[in-house]
Amino acid sequence: MSAQPSNSTAPDLVNIEVDGTPMQVPKGSMIIHATDKARVAVPRFCYHEKLPIAANCRMCLVDVEKAPKPVPACATPVMEGMKIRTRSERALNSQRNVMEFLLINHPLDCPVCDQGGECELQDVAMGYGRSVSRFVERKRVVADEDIGPLIATDMTRCIHCTRCVRFMGEIAGTSELGGIGRGEATEIGTYIGKSIESELGGNIIDVCPVGALTNKPFRFKARAWELIARESIGYHDALGSNLFLHTRRGEVLRVVPRACEAVNENWLSDRDRYSHQGLYAEDRATQPMIRGADGELKPVSWDEAIRFVADGLTRVQTAHGGDQIAALVAPMASSEEGFLLAEILRGLGSRNLDHRLRVVDAGDRSGGATFELPLAEIEKASAILLLGSNPRLDQPLLGHRVRKAWKHGASVDAINPIAFDFHFDTQAARIVEPWRMLDEAAALAKAAAERTGASVAGAIAPLLAAATVEDAHREMARRLHEAGSAVLIFGDFAVQHPAASTLRALARFIAQCTASAFNEVASGANGVGLARVGVLPGAGGFGAAQILAQPRKALLVHHAGSQDTLRSKSYDEARSGAEFHVYLGAYACSGVRRTAHAVLPLGLAPEIDGTYLNVDGRVQTIAAGAKLPGEARPGWRVLRALGAALGLPGFEFTELGELRERIAPRLAGAVAEAGQIGTFARPAAGGLSRVATVAVYRSDAVVRRAAALQATPLASTACVALNPADFTTLGLDAGGNARVSDGSCTAELPVRADTRVPAGAAWIELGHSETAALAPNGARLTVTRV
Amino acid sequence: MNPVFRYLKSLLLIELLKGMALTGKYLVAPKYTVRYPEETIPKSNRFRGLHALRRYPNGEERCIACKLCEAVCPALAITIDSEQRADGSRRTTRYEIDLFKCIFCGFCEESCPVDSIVETHVHEYHFENRGENILSKQKLLALGDRFEAEIAAARQQDAAYR
Repeated sequence: MSAQPSNSTAPDLVNIEVDGTPMQVPKGSMIIHATDKARVAVPRFCYHEKLPIAANCRMCLVDVEKAPKPVPACATPVMEGMKIRTRSERALNSQRNVMEFLLINHPLDCPVCDQGGECELQDVAMGYGRSVSRFVERKRVVADEDIGPLIATDMTRCIHCTRCVRFMGEIAGTSELGGIGRGEATEIGTYIGKSIESELGGNIIDVCPVGALTNKPFRFKARAWELIARESIGYHDALGSNLFLHTRRGEVLRVVPRACEAVNENWLSDRDRYSHQGLYAEDRATQPMIRGADGELKPVSWDEAIRFVADGLTRVQTAHGGDQIAALVAPMASSEEGFLLAEILRGLGSRNLDHRLRVVDAGDRSGGATFELPLAEIEKASAILLLGSNPRLDQPLLGHRVRKAWKHGASVDAINPIAFDFHFDTQAARIVEPWRMLDEAAALAKAAAERTGASVAGAIAPLLAAATVEDAHREMARRLHEAGSAVLIFGDFAVQHPAASTLRALARFIAQCTASAFNEVASGANGVGLARVGVLPGAGGFGAAQILAQPRKALLVHHAGSQDTLRSKSYDEARSGAEFHVYLGAYACSGVRRTAHAVLPLGLAPEIDGTYLNVDGRVQTIAAGAKLPGEARPGWRVLRALGAALGLPGFEFTELGELRERIAPRLAGAVAEAGQIGTFARPAAGGLSRVATVAVYRSDAVVRRAAALQATPLASTACVALNPADFTTLGLDAGGNARVSDGSCTAELPVRADTRVPAGAAWIELGHSETAALAPNGARLTVTRV
Repeated sequence: MNPVFRYLKSLLLIELLKGMALTGKYLVAPKYTVRYPEETIPKSNRFRGLHALRRYPNGEERCIACKLCEAVCPALAITIDSEQRADGSRRTTRYEIDLFKCIFCGFCEESCPVDSIVETHVHEYHFENRGENILSKQKLLALGDRFEAEIAAARQQDAAYR
């Protein structure tokens, strides 16, 4: 019997040998995947695990037996029986020679380069290069380009690995960078000298292996070796992107992503990356303050401030009853703070507290909904419906997942109030003014019901009966229904819609009929956590919208600013009218100084220990990373002291661990929705319907104070955008101003015609002081020429 | 040796005379003692004394805030803050050496890529007030300006060995 080669390999695996070690790797994978798996170091510049392969740096040349010359490990697929040697004489020689070529035009000015100390070129040159250079000729010099306030360029240092070009093309989807010229004349740039506009642009700093692209706000501030990396998470959207705070002497100097496949992969949105500047804003509250008898705020000790607040709350409670106390909590508060605040309110006999500050219609008492299809699975979905959602700017890395799904062939449909600029194509985009979104959703629900024969009952039945189904709706329903994995993303705008509970019921019905997952994006960084620990109005209590509409005598505000609410005019009235207004938060801005009776300075998420739940319900516990400014304290300590001063039970603990044990069961359980649908009244015809999306870099108090973000092209200024047809009908001037009125308030804003805005809508973003007084989403506005 | 013979020899006071001879020799030999501070002994061009920050001949400070000296300092005596100057170059806003911590090892001098931080031959200094042990950037630059000629000469002398 002749010897038969034993073939015990699975059909999709091949046998190879790396430096003498036999291993099995998937067919079609590249050599570098195998060497990385075997933890064999192969130097590389252009290869990046999350980017398409370019094979243009040639640094990863390895020796393959029987191959006529060294092959690039990143672009050579493995083959059965391949014997790879990464440290043979030939491999080492080629790596040394490539290194020498790469250094020919690279300036050797590491001491002044911001990448010095964390530079891949430095490391690889030390490990694989020669110790001396034979090159004595002149080096080439490339002019720098200003690509915006976030990224500093030193293009002379560029080694043309094209990672940034591939990132902008493939991941960010904006293709803002490219290579110009050939050979030695190659230059990477935008060609037209414009600013990078992508919301993910900061990631090119991380992918750049050399010091060509560096962090501009961080420029020349510190060296990599001086910084202490502390694990933390992003707190400006509901994803809770994992990140490292790089701190020196307790000050956050920059932020870099921390790889987490379930949340943010290797990336970080610019908002999370650059918001740290806001921590050091001038109006940061650093001293507890109380309003004295003379009406002036004066700095006091913590003991005095806590006693003052406890006395004030007790006074209101005795005089008017606990029902006259209300609390507004910004959704970026940690679960611990939320829990203690809810306990205090409960102890005082109040049920009026809420974290959904921008939600107009909270009739169904929703909150704390998590994704039915986890974030990491969205990229595998085959059909996606965006309902009132702009994932690209609202949750940039959710947008990235949608883009990935689209790149894998998923269909994306949208029912939106604005034709947002996506980095993916939509098959059917129904762009209608807010109130007609209900009709569109009802028509789609009807089409889905027709398709599956589902029966319609409950409050949405009349809407469906009145809906007119078009072919487009049938097609959308078909795509969702036929997809192997479909998901409906109920975005920020939908949550803030004037008839959100009805829209949610319709969306749930559509998802149910088409067997799609219903992914509601929680409001703010910790919407899920706060809802679960009870920062929601109790039975019969007031939600945020009602607290603003019918102000209470005592108002506690936790971390929220006036522009974080659905209408800052009502918020301003509520706080200036309050008999006792306590601001617990980070910024003593002019509004707070004018109205608050007590200011208790608290730490922000990077400075405190806290637990946050993201859209998946993923519990992320972070430790304090930065130093608290001045006398500021973590919120849980302040609230514990306040609870104890009020003599409430359950505030005897001294350790955070005891508190965490108490909230752990609540964080594990989902919040039951009441299921009721709130009532809504469509405004009378005439005028325009307000679309109030949140401007991307105006989303919370910290971001609004981050100077570099405010200087980017994405940071918009207040204006009103109208459909060109409405623009002409109203006789407005391009480049002029318009007077916008909601019946009670008037604002004068620059006006522009924008084809992205549907007829009958006026797009005025939230988050600007100029637009703050106007009524929220869906309100009737009259726009007149000034 | 015979104890009797040794006893007789001791009576001749030979040890005493030997000792006196040595004393006499040093009495007339040239003296090693210098009359400090009027006189000093010569110092090596590599002597590591008080620090200084140098400038280029055009008056521009040499330091580029690369922070290698801060990183290499075994006593953590150096503290540097840096930022971008208006002309876009990398400069220090704070450069401090704590002389109480410094062990005068000379690593800072050795690590400096631009020969900016140097140690001069000055080793005679004292502090009278709290805080004077911290050499600020202004003081270091002033020291550099004052001793530039000597510093440059010392580097010149050592150039062949660096």
